[in-house]
Amino acid sequence: MKLKSRHLLGLEGISKEEIGLILDTAETFKEVLERPIKKVPTLRGVTVVNLFYEASTRTRISFELAEKRLSAELVNFSASTSSVKKGETLKDTVKNIEAMKIDMVVIRHQSAGTPYFLTQCLSSSIINAGDGAHEHPTQGLLDLFTLREKYKKIEGLKVVIVGDIKHSRVARSNIWGLKTMGASVAVCGPTTLMPYEIDKMGVGVYSNLDEALRGADVVNVLRIQLERQKGGLLPSLREYANEFGINSDRLKRLNPNFTIMHPGPINRGVEITPEVADGPYSVILDQVTNGVAIRMAVLYLLSGGEGKVE
Amino acid sequence: MPFLESEEENLPRRKGVLIMDEKTVRRALTRIAHEIIERNKGAENLGLIGIKTRGAYLAERLAKIIFEIEEVQVPLGFMDITLYRDDIQTKLDQPIVQKTEVMFDVADKIIILVDDVLFTGRTIRAALDQIIDFGRPKLIQLAVLVDRGHRELPIRADYIGKNIPTALNEQVVVKIQEVDGEDSVTIEKEKRK
Amino acid sequence: MNKKTSIEAELIIAGGRIIDPASKLDKVGDIYIRDGKIIKIETKKLIPRKKIRFSPEIIDAFDKIVTPGLIDMHAHLREPGREDEETILTGSEAAVAGGFTSICCMPNTQPPIDNQESVKFIYEKAKSAKCKVYPVAGATKGLKGEELTEIADLVKAGAVAISDDGRPIYSSSLMRYALEYSKMYDLPVISHCEDLALSSDGVMNEGFVSTVLGLKGIPGVAEEVMVARDIRLAEFTKSRVHIAHVSTEGSVNLIREAKRKGVKITCEATPHHFTLTDEIIKTFDTNAKVNPPLRTKKDLDALKKGLKDGTIDCIATDHAPHSIEEKDVEFDAAPFGMVGLETALGLVITELIEKKVLTWIEAIARMTINPVKILKLNAGQIKVGMPADLTVIDPETNWVVEPKEFKSKSKNSPFGGRKLKGRAFLTIVGGKVAYQS
Repeated sequence: MKLKSRHLLGLEGISKEEIGLILDTAETFKEVLERPIKKVPTLRGVTVVNLFYEASTRTRISFELAEKRLSAELVNFSASTSSVKKGETLKDTVKNIEAMKIDMVVIRHQSAGTPYFLTQCLSSSIINAGDGAHEHPTQGLLDLFTLREKYKKIEGLKVVIVGDIKHSRVARSNIWGLKTMGASVAVCGPTTLMPYEIDKMGVGVYSNLDEALRGADVVNVLRIQLERQKGGLLPSLREYANEFGINSDRLKRLNPNFTIMHPGPINRGVEITPEVADGPYSVILDQVTNGVAIRMAVLYLLSGGEGKVE
Repeated sequence: MPFLESEEENLPRRKGVLIMDEKTVRRALTRIAHEIIERNKGAENLGLIGIKTRGAYLAERLAKIIFEIEEVQVPLGFMDITLYRDDIQTKLDQPIVQKTEVMFDVADKIIILVDDVLFTGRTIRAALDQIIDFGRPKLIQLAVLVDRGHRELPIRADYIGKNIPTALNEQVVVKIQEVDGEDSVTIEKEKRK
Repeated sequence: MNKKTSIEAELIIAGGRIIDPASKLDKVGDIYIRDGKIIKIETKKLIPRKKIRFSPEIIDAFDKIVTPGLIDMHAHLREPGREDEETILTGSEAAVAGGFTSICCMPNTQPPIDNQESVKFIYEKAKSAKCKVYPVAGATKGLKGEELTEIADLVKAGAVAISDDGRPIYSSSLMRYALEYSKMYDLPVISHCEDLALSSDGVMNEGFVSTVLGLKGIPGVAEEVMVARDIRLAEFTKSRVHIAHVSTEGSVNLIREAKRKGVKITCEATPHHFTLTDEIIKTFDTNAKVNPPLRTKKDLDALKKGLKDGTIDCIATDHAPHSIEEKDVEFDAAPFGMVGLETALGLVITELIEKKVLTWIEAIARMTINPVKILKLNAGQIKVGMPADLTVIDPETNWVVEPKEFKSKSKNSPFGGRKLKGRAFLTIVGGKVAYQS
């Protein structure tokens, strides 16, 4: 058993067996993280570049920790779009970096498809750390891992993703991953933030939160961006909080032993109330912990030997 | 999580020379258990760590025999050494990592590391590094069912079930009840690719 | 008489199947050319094949199709301003290689073609081009959508239409005035229909594919609301409007209805819009990034239907060269546009004629006489006395698109590697062989 591709660009098209392998491997790494020395020499001699073209705190730290705990060499490159736009092209930048002999690239970029573009310019393994509204596969995987840890299996779970589905890469990666693992998925949000024909991805579509929550096991709450109000997509955050905010009253509609997830960072009091975010059913901090283990597993599985063309 | 698949199982069966059978394996393990107790003057401060896959079961058996002799329950751990391998960057596919389960504190203990075959010594090197990352044992000793020679590192075993001089193109196949349904050691002529 | 003419002729295209939509001619025959003009069309007493072989002035068109020279009423030649991407010369080389004998160049150059001098510049440059080049001039100064250009002057200099192509004339009142004013000269306004607020910063068709890819969508209605506006304005002003690169089912339906009501509206569709759907974007190929974007199967079928029933008058390339550097970037950052002059004919034959969407005569009409009627060019017919602009097509040849071999300076085609059937064998401009495969 091994991964079919030497890149991780998204969860679309990744098989159940491959996801299973990544989650199983992450379990081992989670155990490593509990050791007195939370570090193994596995990726000694492997150089990873973290290319962050978009601001990120937790994903970047999570990848950095994962790399360090695998003993990889790492280099960080952060760039604001504006300065990059004036200067050299993305292709020139990455070609230059690769010329310094690197093995893997972790990329976060505001433009969908950029990791795919890199696979065509570089010979390194590419890991997508979030590309526009396209995919955020390691987030999807860590959400799957967190759910499997709690429920033992993902098959049959009813998951509702709430919020700005249109602009969310987390939603897309979660939908692909959850569907592949046999969960049933619904999305819920204002109709202005629902992408065209999302139902064709095989999900239920709701604009009434109370209906969507009825009988669900898991609620994955997405962050709502302030800019959506300016773009005319939302009348106000106040109205959003009223209509789509998760509060303790709404939790009554869920199945017993339910779970609340959030990819962070949280706007407390907007998409989720503080008491829900901090409730016993919230796995928000477990998601963060598991993120490191998942990223270690992905780095490990993609860091094959020299003959890694196959 | 399935246990590590026996690599040999995927190969066509080849006739080999039987070196040890169930009885001789049992005798060898019993003798090793006695030697361990004798050398360390009892079983009080011991800890057994078996290297996955077959070494783990052999360690389990040794713990049982030691208990039968000394009535001391020696703490038992299992170790997957994949993450400490020195060939991880040269392999085509990444090996499947299994769980390492060392639930006791190794610090200041006498650790008996258990494996089925001692060959190049590279696996043992990886295991030693891993144990030391768990803590600082007082002493580490090595017990193996078979020593087939051809060391590539300065490593030797403290307890050996059987020394089997081999040629490099030969292969030592260890089967144990828990994994393969029988206890046996055979030498096969052709080296596996 | 026959013998005498054949001696007088400088060039004879012999034995080809002549298809001339204007005269509804579809017969094997010989075309005699002298002084850049067609002097005789003979379909009865054909020159024997034996003789053809030994006469250098006779071109053997046996098994070939001879049509009026193809006309592309929508190309971007990038000169002046971006001569690194295309020039009038290289654009014309690409055109004749694709079987075109006349092309219209759009005004969105740097600086734009928005005054008499720049129109004259195009004609000056076109003198050394391989084919005839007709400038479409800007409808507003600087293509800024604020003030009308000096349309009378532009017409005198030879502009064949006005347009702000690349952008819509966003102000409805200015569009009204452009239509009203150009009516004095019977000049069509070519409209790039796009509601900029609806298309916003979209980069591909808004549909299921954009949802999956997370790329920002340009909805079909962004085009349709402007098509609807222009129909109403054309109807109100009783002026001629030509809708460029129609891409959606909705637009086709609106135009069909408008034509039924007698509105003076014409339109064109591009080969890429009737061949490709947004599915191709799944590999984030920036060469497939084009505006209007590639739509869905439903739209593609509607375009074919519109081409068949005459709702869509013309096939035009929207040839839009871009340098490799500009296209070899992340999808959002790439410019819109693809080259098309050298693939258009092959796509028309492969996708429309071979698939029985259009007959030969219908397809050729949409690339010859129909644009001629809109732009009032002296071309597009096989008729005695007409300029000898002819395209000889090898309809059976199978070939693979190889952008590296394009005559165009730019190679930004999403059709690389695609197998096509049929291409230009010979292109004759003004009686001279401009291209021979």
